[in-house]
Amino acid sequence: MFEQSISILAQKLRNKDFSSVELTRTFLDRIAKLDPQLNSYISISEDLALKQAKAADELLANGQGSSLTGIPVAHKDLFCTQGTLTTCGSKMLHNFVPPYESTVTQRIKEAGAVMLGKTNMDEFAMGSSNENSFYGAVKNPWNLDTVPGGSSGGSAAVVAAGLAVAATGTDTGGSIRQPASFCGITGLKPTYGRVSRFGMIAFASSLDQGGPMAKSAEDCAHLLQTMAGFDEKDSTSSETETEDYLTNLNTPLTGLKIGLPKEYFGDGLDSQVAETIMTAVKEFEKLGATVKEISLPNLQLSIPSYYVIAPSEASSNLSRFDGVRFGHRCEDPKDLLDMYMRTRAEGFGGEVQKRIMVGTYALSEGYYDAYYLKAQKIRRLIKNDFVAALSEVDVIMGPVAPTTAFAIGSKTDDPVAMYLEDIYTLSVNLAGIPAMSIPAGFVGDMPVGLQIMGNYFAEAKLLNVAHQFQQHTDWHLQTPTMAKGA
Amino acid sequence: MSIDKQDVLKIAHLARLALNEEDAVQYQHSLSSVLSLVEQMQSVNTDGVEPLSNPLEMTQRLREDVVTESNRREEFLANAPQTEAGLFLVPKVID
Repeated sequence: MFEQSISILAQKLRNKDFSSVELTRTFLDRIAKLDPQLNSYISISEDLALKQAKAADELLANGQGSSLTGIPVAHKDLFCTQGTLTTCGSKMLHNFVPPYESTVTQRIKEAGAVMLGKTNMDEFAMGSSNENSFYGAVKNPWNLDTVPGGSSGGSAAVVAAGLAVAATGTDTGGSIRQPASFCGITGLKPTYGRVSRFGMIAFASSLDQGGPMAKSAEDCAHLLQTMAGFDEKDSTSSETETEDYLTNLNTPLTGLKIGLPKEYFGDGLDSQVAETIMTAVKEFEKLGATVKEISLPNLQLSIPSYYVIAPSEASSNLSRFDGVRFGHRCEDPKDLLDMYMRTRAEGFGGEVQKRIMVGTYALSEGYYDAYYLKAQKIRRLIKNDFVAALSEVDVIMGPVAPTTAFAIGSKTDDPVAMYLEDIYTLSVNLAGIPAMSIPAGFVGDMPVGLQIMGNYFAEAKLLNVAHQFQQHTDWHLQTPTMAKGA
Repeated sequence: MSIDKQDVLKIAHLARLALNEEDAVQYQHSLSSVLSLVEQMQSVNTDGVEPLSNPLEMTQRLREDVVTESNRREEFLANAPQTEAGLFLVPKVID
């Protein structure tokens, strides 16, 4: 039951093969049995889930509901959920129960989906390994000694292990795509502004974007159909019309022009990952696509540009955590300054404090032009590279990460090594274009993700390209051994 | 690019983060590595390049100046560490 697609589950719920309450119970039992090995959930909302499942069954019995009605999903613990603890992976918000609901979770709730719980993540979405969570590291279901990736590591792990049908994630520099790659699932980072940021706890506001994480492109399409669209509560929400993400899934790929950026296949890329990616690209050629080499010459500069812009925006966004209105407050503050300083030192973990300080430095008097402004100019160069490339090809393909999932603890000592991991994902956020990670094969026992990048608002095209690949391959249908144990 | 311990303490103060001596030494090392990493930007010629702050280059959307929120004072106060008489309570600011 846990391995089936949203379309099939929706059909079976309508056929009364099983009820949403039964389906939800199955997932809650799996979570109870398997999650202690993974630590992928921060909180499990059993009572709420069963209540929502019962309501879904009533809707379905009346012939109502959408394709998500009665489907059990999980939300990254960065989306505010009214009345349900929302920690953002931080001690700072260990007691925060939001008085309002994020637009993404609101829309998914209104579509009738069941919320199983909130997933673990790197604190404030800062990290590429999920080791920066106050609630402990998440384990990769394919090998419990390795990381699931980050920052949406919990969401990737729950989908891979069959502890939710699908999940939401957010992506500021690769936080949907890299964990999707490491855990062998499908993830989509939409165009900036496509999905509302209202009620998402902000990290870097000009880069953050929520998106779906699921077993297949088709399942992602079902979720995006519900998540995407203009929201007046988000001042950067796009008014561009949404497409129907499901109707074009079966369009043949004959004549599709694929660009392979030579910078994505240079030094630093694991040779077996490269081989896996090239085998996947050949599969697209069999489906009628043509391939040409392209160049994104400023790729290397995405790392310094991102590691100025993201921390600068974080330094500003995270100033709201001051111990006054919500979250942690230190004991016995002697005055206001002491309260701010100790509250923030106690509430934030090391990586978050480091990034706040990098941002504070970059924005401080005398340094603004050399850092923040310079980074924004380079950001335009990076965007221009993509605009030029996408005028020649329909989609760009390459790896998501230089390697498969690495061992827990192996990169925590070197502050820069972890940042270099993000080389293939950061530029997409700087440019604001959409991109996906889809399972493309394995190196040893570990999954490899293929990245597919497209033009602004070309989500339907990306999903079509990914879906066609998944109609002809079965990498996305593989299940880790630990998930079969319950 | 390297910074000294005094720089770290100054940045930490601006960011309102209480650091002890040991933390300051550790952050001196890690902040220096990050700043060296971002230093490579300086070798790029960006003369005449306009900074990009919003990837879609959108301008701020304005809305009508009307009240759209209802009064939910109690709900918002419920998350506060300390409240009194319907207000957020903080340590004494003025003697």
